[in-house]
Amino acid sequence: MSLYLLAVALAAVSGLPGLVLRRRGGEVAAGLMGLAAVLGIAAAVRVLAGGAAGRLMLPAAPLGSPGLLVLDPIAAWFLMPVLLLSACGAVFGLGYWGERPGARLLRLVFGGLTASLALLVAAAHPLVFLLGWEGMAIAAFLLVMAEDRKAETRRAGWIYLVATHTGTLCLFAAFGVLAAQGAGAFAVLPRGFAASGSGTAVFVLCLLAFGFKAGVMPLHLWLPPAHAAAPSHVSALMSGVLIKMGILGLVRLLSWIPDPPLWWGAVLLCLGALSGILGVAFALGQHDLKRLLAYHSIENIGIILLGLGLGTLGKSLGHPVLQVLGYAGALLHVLNHSLFKGLLFLSAGSVAHATGTRNLDSLGGLGHRMPWTSGAFLAGAWAICGLPPLNGFVSEWFLYLGSFRALALSRWPWSVGVLAALVLIGALALACFAKAFGAVFLGLARTPAAEGVHESPRSMLVPMGVLVLACALIGLAPALVAPALDRVVGALGPPAAAGLPALSGLAGLSLLSLLALAFLGLALVLGLWLRPRRQAAALPTWDCGYAAPSARMQYTASSFADGPVSGLRWVLLPRIHRGKVRGLFPGPAHFERHVPDPVLDRAADPALRLSVRGLSLLRFAQGGQLPVYLLYVLLTLLTLLVWMVV
Amino acid sequence: MPGSLVFPAHMALHLLVVLLLPPLVPGLIAKVKARMAGRTGPPVLQLYYDLAKLARKEAVFSRTTTWVFLAGPVGAVAAGLVASLLVPFGHTPAPVAFEGDVILFAYLFGLARFLTILSALDTGSSFEGMGAAREAAFSALAEPALFLGFAALAKATASLSLTPMLLAQGAAGVRLTGPLILVLAGWAIVYLAENARIPVDDPNTHLELTMIHEVMVLDHSGRPFALVLYGASLKLVVLGALLIDLLLPATSRPWLDWLLFLGGLGLLAVAVGLVESATARFRMTKVPQFLVAGILASGFAFLLLLV
Repeated sequence: MSLYLLAVALAAVSGLPGLVLRRRGGEVAAGLMGLAAVLGIAAAVRVLAGGAAGRLMLPAAPLGSPGLLVLDPIAAWFLMPVLLLSACGAVFGLGYWGERPGARLLRLVFGGLTASLALLVAAAHPLVFLLGWEGMAIAAFLLVMAEDRKAETRRAGWIYLVATHTGTLCLFAAFGVLAAQGAGAFAVLPRGFAASGSGTAVFVLCLLAFGFKAGVMPLHLWLPPAHAAAPSHVSALMSGVLIKMGILGLVRLLSWIPDPPLWWGAVLLCLGALSGILGVAFALGQHDLKRLLAYHSIENIGIILLGLGLGTLGKSLGHPVLQVLGYAGALLHVLNHSLFKGLLFLSAGSVAHATGTRNLDSLGGLGHRMPWTSGAFLAGAWAICGLPPLNGFVSEWFLYLGSFRALALSRWPWSVGVLAALVLIGALALACFAKAFGAVFLGLARTPAAEGVHESPRSMLVPMGVLVLACALIGLAPALVAPALDRVVGALGPPAAAGLPALSGLAGLSLLSLLALAFLGLALVLGLWLRPRRQAAALPTWDCGYAAPSARMQYTASSFADGPVSGLRWVLLPRIHRGKVRGLFPGPAHFERHVPDPVLDRAADPALRLSVRGLSLLRFAQGGQLPVYLLYVLLTLLTLLVWMVV
Repeated sequence: MPGSLVFPAHMALHLLVVLLLPPLVPGLIAKVKARMAGRTGPPVLQLYYDLAKLARKEAVFSRTTTWVFLAGPVGAVAAGLVASLLVPFGHTPAPVAFEGDVILFAYLFGLARFLTILSALDTGSSFEGMGAAREAAFSALAEPALFLGFAALAKATASLSLTPMLLAQGAAGVRLTGPLILVLAGWAIVYLAENARIPVDDPNTHLELTMIHEVMVLDHSGRPFALVLYGASLKLVVLGALLIDLLLPATSRPWLDWLLFLGGLGLLAVAVGLVESATARFRMTKVPQFLVAGILASGFAFLLLLV
């Protein structure tokens, strides 16, 4: 516990020396953050390896209950990605953000965000939880606004602020309902509570509050603009761990409920399928690399919710195998998504840093000049598509196993829907990442911006390398994390978790590693066999007899995604702008297709505009003249007087 | 039981079949097509000669390409070989079988597809980009058909490992007859689409604009192209084993099981050749409808199992 507290303190103060130091403030901050990560992860690993959970208690109970912080397996599991990504982000920021104006404040707030997140995961009291929650929300708002000279950034920041506080309001309400039931502390709730009216209220309010934070589909409206506008190492932290705090909230709630009603699991499954499928479908239509990644975050939150739903249904139905597989898949995907999405955002940042653009259709051919960034992005894309032998496959595998197992549970085969959702998400994600990687790194440069680039400095490449290694480790040796997962799943289950089967008994993890190694070995042998024996002459790509293919003739990202986007146009509703082609010798024509956000651009924005117009009718009351306001004060006092007397 | 490995003799035979036999299948298909068209056609062993020739030739690389260009052929063959360890050949259990290997099997082919698409995009050629885009879009429809078939078999056999799922006969087999036909129909469509066969794709067409798989490997030559060709023939065998296993009766003797499987493989090649001779290829816009028919067939198989 002391290690953990030290880590939180180090993270919190990591930006302070930089305020007074003349030089090297960034390096000091990154060093402190790295130290915090080492200490905090050591503490987390100790708890996950079976050590006792650390607690911080007050001597008395002035706040309703003495416990403030607890480093139990759930907290330890979420703490690891928080600290790892923060350290990687801080090091990455050295090269990416450098000593631009505002860099000192950025580092200070970055440390504050990390500390709030670390505090939040271990919160054992509603007040500590809310403190961490608000600290996280405000720090993240400040970080999103780092480039507030751009109108796009200001808009994204405001939308984020409004969304996160709407969620916080729901959270206050949920804690209020819990406190009214006498459950002020974070502890297991009595049986029967979940099925009662207040249990339903708590669940719905928590879904709203945590759904806003996690970016579950209809509530995701803040997520794509904020992720695109924030500096890339901040986007990595937001997408990797900040939105996972919504999942943490749901996980905490589920861990207090011994008997969730069936419909809880069903709602989680439906939301998961919706977020997953629509997230990846909208990602396919994006041209902005970071917006595309942001929609994939929504998709992955959907996958995590599918797992939580499966696990919760297993708990309700009294089916421990389903419970273990569902929860284990969801929790492992939380960790995995932090790793590979952090990696993807960092490599996207490296691209944006080198080229100054995030538009897929202006990039291309970066693989030659930025081989390390290209390899890192490929590893991230490989993992996020759930392809073996990287980590994304392992967590999706648990979910597949769970949904296949659930087929045998009842006559009503609801889990075939989960299966279909997973398959569809997987196939579309593969198409989307083939598009993104192909458009950015392969082929020829489409604009001069993508031509004269250089590989990013080592301070940006090393954090990416660390994340690649973490992805490969979990993918190749899932048996290493299985015991830790068992403990976290046990903490989520009924309090007496003696009946839960171990993960290693449910899935052939060691054979999976063996086959993964066989794949790598085969690939190595074949690759050596293919190695060019001597330097061949540089030749152009064969373009079917046409001798001068140019970069503009390549397939663009938009044309690559045309099949799925046109097939899904009834849900994506793309906006197409094109010039008319007339006559025998038409002039130049153009074609553009944008896929606007379904909630923000199509529902929330028009609705808010309309309400602003309606409310402007009341503007006559705001005359701006002092006497009128004095009159209001007088009228109010009179009304109160009358009310009090009568 | 999380998983198992089978004893060496079968494993050796399995590996031999995987390594040596695949190039025979495209040869058989070509022979059948030639005979149906009244030609003599190339020798059945033609692909072996081609592979031997390509292995000695120097490869040509475009200056646009990076190492990703080689990752396609390497990844496709490596993934295909690993996947081949999971599927039983006839009524002998697969070399490696464990709970959930069916998902790994499908995802290995996903991995092969991902790398092939990237290697096509690496050339910067508009034709190869076109083929890659089609591959990505159509496979998104083929995958659900494959998985719904797996779901039907998993429901029928209460197992998640390819060996018991495909080989369950007897009591489960009786109940399976109706759904089994539908699963076979759905998977046959997946088989034709995944292996770039008529009516989805024509491996022998001369017009790049109409190709899917073939156009993605236009720039490969020499040893990389040898791997591409071998990988394609391996896919014919490994995915074909799914279809054959569902149909083969079990015998009491291991050697007879092996013979039956090899005979089945030959028949499958002949059947593909006949389909290719007898049908015209679809217009590109009709391909998704064909694949949706595959999804529906597998989906109805699953529904039939519920009643």
